Amino acid sequence: MNLLAILISAMLINNIVLMQFLGLCSFFGVSTKMKSVVGMGFAVIVVTLLAAIITYPLYHYVLVPLNIKYIDTIAFILVIASLVQLTELIIKRFSEGLYKSLGVYLPLIASNCAVLGVALTNVATPQTYIEALTFALGSGLGYALIIITFAAIRLRLNAITVPKALKGMPIALVTAGLMALAFMGLAGII
Amino acid sequence: MTEVKKVPAKKKKVEEKEPSLWETFTKGILKENGLFVMVLGLCPALAVTATFEGAFGMSILVVLVLTLTNVTVSAIRHLVPNAVRIPIYVIIIATEVTVLKMLVDAFAPDLAKELGVFIALITVNCIILGRAESFASKNNVVRSALDGLGVALGFGLALSVIGFVREFFGTGVIVLGKTLPLGFEHTVFQNLGLGEYAFSILVQPPGAFLVIGFLLAGITAFRQRKGAKK
Repeated sequence: MNLLAILISAMLINNIVLMQFLGLCSFFGVSTKMKSVVGMGFAVIVVTLLAAIITYPLYHYVLVPLNIKYIDTIAFILVIASLVQLTELIIKRFSEGLYKSLGVYLPLIASNCAVLGVALTNVATPQTYIEALTFALGSGLGYALIIITFAAIRLRLNAITVPKALKGMPIALVTAGLMALAFMGLAGII
Repeated sequence: MTEVKKVPAKKKKVEEKEPSLWETFTKGILKENGLFVMVLGLCPALAVTATFEGAFGMSILVVLVLTLTNVTVSAIRHLVPNAVRIPIYVIIIATEVTVLKMLVDAFAPDLAKELGVFIALITVNCIILGRAESFASKNNVVRSALDGLGVALGFGLALSVIGFVREFFGTGVIVLGKTLPLGFEHTVFQNLGLGEYAFSILVQPPGAFLVIGFLLAGITAFRQRKGAKK
């Protein structure tokens, strides 16, 4: 499969949030403020890509030859947790401004199932290193795209009156459902 | 006036008393239901509930993992240094999930196929780490086991309800024995002939969001009405 197809498929057609239901806690939790979703979106892109860069070789060149691929979940979670910590340190050292805008979201990502989900999917499907990286980048971009769009819709939702019982979480879920419905229409692109 | 004052004072007294074991067990099932009341653990609730059986299978796994992790975390709670407790809990949970995953792969391969990556992702389910951190790390083993069992049963109940609604209204029937190793295969409600009228969107991804959204709204409406009566 060519790389562009993988990128578009991961980003739009099999969108990580709406179609694969990964990273939903942060999706509903953070998307109430426009400023924070941009930070969260970028943090997820960076960490997903970094995690893919490390976990793919780790799986294929360490876990498989040693015949211990069943511990992939444990190994990946350790990698992601340390990666998040490391990214935080590096950003703090080099860019105070970026740290201030991204810093608070990084610890949240360690427990974000989107990152672990992408890393696990990446090694479960047979594909080359570069394809795996493209998939990770596409997934991160898809997450950022959806969370930013969704935050914008939620801003509008705050301004209108909804039935009392639907206020808050229920209407957010229904909105996400309608977004998923719209995204199903993209299935024929490739 | 005096009556109004009396009521909160009485309530406070009840709260101060340590809850009984039965209360520890039951509060997670309905009153503090992880999914419907606290809205935690949404990823599996949306992803594996396309069929009733998948949802029920996931429920069994969550009950096993949550009870086990709560017992383990509670048993070692005096040995764990406070500063590194979260990574240690995550490793414990990941290990137990891995063991469970190998068991499912071996004994229920169809279920493993249906749930896919979401068995491994039980590791990052916020309900499990949340119970470890907020309950098991502070209470003894028996209490933690009961709390874990109660919360997990509540979560499993919610998953099964969602799975049932989605499969029944989405396909018109409930299939049993296809993914769970029950030893028989049976399709329930087939004679109702609802298949032609089914909303097939409900078993697809958007249906997950819609069903949970409206179920939550229904529960909120019910609670508001109950609150208004009081």
